[in-house]
Amino acid sequence: MTENALGTAGQQAATEAAGGDRTATSSPPPGSAGGPAPVDSAQPSTVGGPPPDAGGRPPRPTLGRRALALADSLWRPALVLAAFFAAWWFVAAREYVPNYLVPTPGQVWTTMTDQWSELARHTMVTLYETVLGFVLAAALGLAAAVAIAYSRTLDKALYPIVLFAQVIPKIAIAPLLVVWFGLGLTPKIILAVLIAFFPVVISGVAGLRSTDPELLDLAATMGAGPWRTFRKIRFPNALPHLMAGLKVAVTLAVVGAVVGEFVGASEGLGYVLLLANGNLDAPLLFADLILMSAIGIVLFVLVEIAEALLIPWHASRRAGVSLTTS
Amino acid sequence: MTAAPAQAGTAIGMSNLTVRFSSRRSQTTALDDVSLDIEPGEFVTIVGPSGCGKSTLLKIVAGLVRPTSGEVSLLDRPVRGPQKEIGFVFQKAALLEWRGARANILLQAEMRGMDRAQAARRADELIEMTGLTGFEKALPHELSGGMQQRVALCRALLHAPPVLLMDEPFGALDALTREQMNAELHRIWRETGTTVVLVTHSIAEAVFLGTRVVVMSARPGRIIRTFPVELPAHRDYAQVMSDPRFDRLATDLRGLLGSAAANH
Ligand SMILES: Nc1ncnc2c1ncn2[C@@H]1O[C@H](COP(=O)(O)OP(=O)(O)OP(=O)(O)O)[C@@H](O)[C@H]1O
Ligand SMILES: [Mg+2]
Repeated sequence: MTENALGTAGQQAATEAAGGDRTATSSPPPGSAGGPAPVDSAQPSTVGGPPPDAGGRPPRPTLGRRALALADSLWRPALVLAAFFAAWWFVAAREYVPNYLVPTPGQVWTTMTDQWSELARHTMVTLYETVLGFVLAAALGLAAAVAIAYSRTLDKALYPIVLFAQVIPKIAIAPLLVVWFGLGLTPKIILAVLIAFFPVVISGVAGLRSTDPELLDLAATMGAGPWRTFRKIRFPNALPHLMAGLKVAVTLAVVGAVVGEFVGASEGLGYVLLLANGNLDAPLLFADLILMSAIGIVLFVLVEIAEALLIPWHASRRAGVSLTTS
Repeated sequence: MTAAPAQAGTAIGMSNLTVRFSSRRSQTTALDDVSLDIEPGEFVTIVGPSGCGKSTLLKIVAGLVRPTSGEVSLLDRPVRGPQKEIGFVFQKAALLEWRGARANILLQAEMRGMDRAQAARRADELIEMTGLTGFEKALPHELSGGMQQRVALCRALLHAPPVLLMDEPFGALDALTREQMNAELHRIWRETGTTVVLVTHSIAEAVFLGTRVVVMSARPGRIIRTFPVELPAHRDYAQVMSDPRFDRLATDLRGLLGSAAANH
């Protein structure tokens, strides 16, 4: 493909090469995988594809290469995790700490498999509250961000409210929400929304405001109205910021749901946690904690995958490698 | 492509333009009483010291900056607000980093709601003409500075605008590519009859491309002089460079610009 390009535009390629030394001094070196992103240079360069050949452009990563890159990005965390489990097992099995405080991984595993159907039901409840809370927070947060970024009046009117909603301790209003909305799912979802809303608004506003004014001038000379300008320029431009905010939001949504369950619930992982705590049932408590973390991690990875699909151009993935942001 | 705008009237009319930018601490007069009429089909090049208001002048014509006082007209209509009968090449390439080269060019069509098939065909023509073949899908960060600027040029030409405003479009190019692009732009201008206003820091570029060279003074920007370029309408780069008339004009311009900068 690159060869073809060089063939048809041979003359051009020659000029590019002639200007090469000039470019090298004035702009970031084309060889350093990822160009201007300084993050990439900090990573060990085991992965980054072959350096783009002069005048051509780096080939898009193939499926095989992506799988390799994925494996490469996973072995380090996997190793750390394995070491952690080994240490845990060692401490618990030798009973350096009594088993009623720290159970062995085996005990936790047995509890998890024995009570799986119950635990799965509670996990689904918490997952449902979290996802619904997150989606609502994302939608409301984005709407607020657009309003704030586009209107000076709404900026002045909404920002204090948003900030106030953030600084009030959510855990303190949880009981109030239970009083208002009862023991059902509603107070948990509201709590998840309240906690996850803020990072979405902040990142959305930052993203929408980061549009290069020159691009807005360009849109104006193209006779485009505000909707087209939003859809084609401002929104895609805001996506990298927004996705960063959504990643924070999704992990916070789990916290919101669980805190809601602490205050008053008859189901969900937060409820199970309180139960296990009351019965000094350490294996159940640990199993429950693992499931809570699993919800957070799975949702986080899903948002990361969405990010990789939505903004493949974004600097942090220019090298086309890591799945997890460094 | 476009029919040559043969009708009478002015393509761009500027009378007594003054622009002041005031911030909390200071006030800058960017342009001071600038008047200039540009006929349809003219190729006007503007040279002047850095910061003398050249970019501001183009933005006023495009309706992106409102002058503090004075009148502008484009195609015999007063300019109030952003104009869409133009193609604008900005000083920076101003590409969308998430779109490939071809998609960046086609942004023009999407924003204007142009016919898709026709726009796509025209985009392919322009890509071939500017030597971008093979890089249609390349993202801006995968393109050299010169290639990015060529993408911006294609984007500005996509809708065959009657007026083309270019702000140092070739500043980021190496000398050889720059000459090629100059020759290419010259050919496009001859073939389409588009009215072009081009800002540049290169005297050679200003003379080779222009039918008229406008020299501006250091801030506050005024027009010091305009030189008609007495070279054939159909120009060849090598020939022009060895033409004694080119040398004379270039020397005059250099002298004038030197004194303009010295006054600063
Ligand atoms: N939006 C703005 N707000 C305040 N001052 C501005 C603004 N735009 C331009 N200026 C000022 O107006 C003057 C002219 O700016 P302009 O960009 O038009 O210069 P220029 O001739 O294009 O310079 P260069 O050759 O370096 O591109 C400068 O002094 C600049 O600081
Ligand atoms: Mg300028």
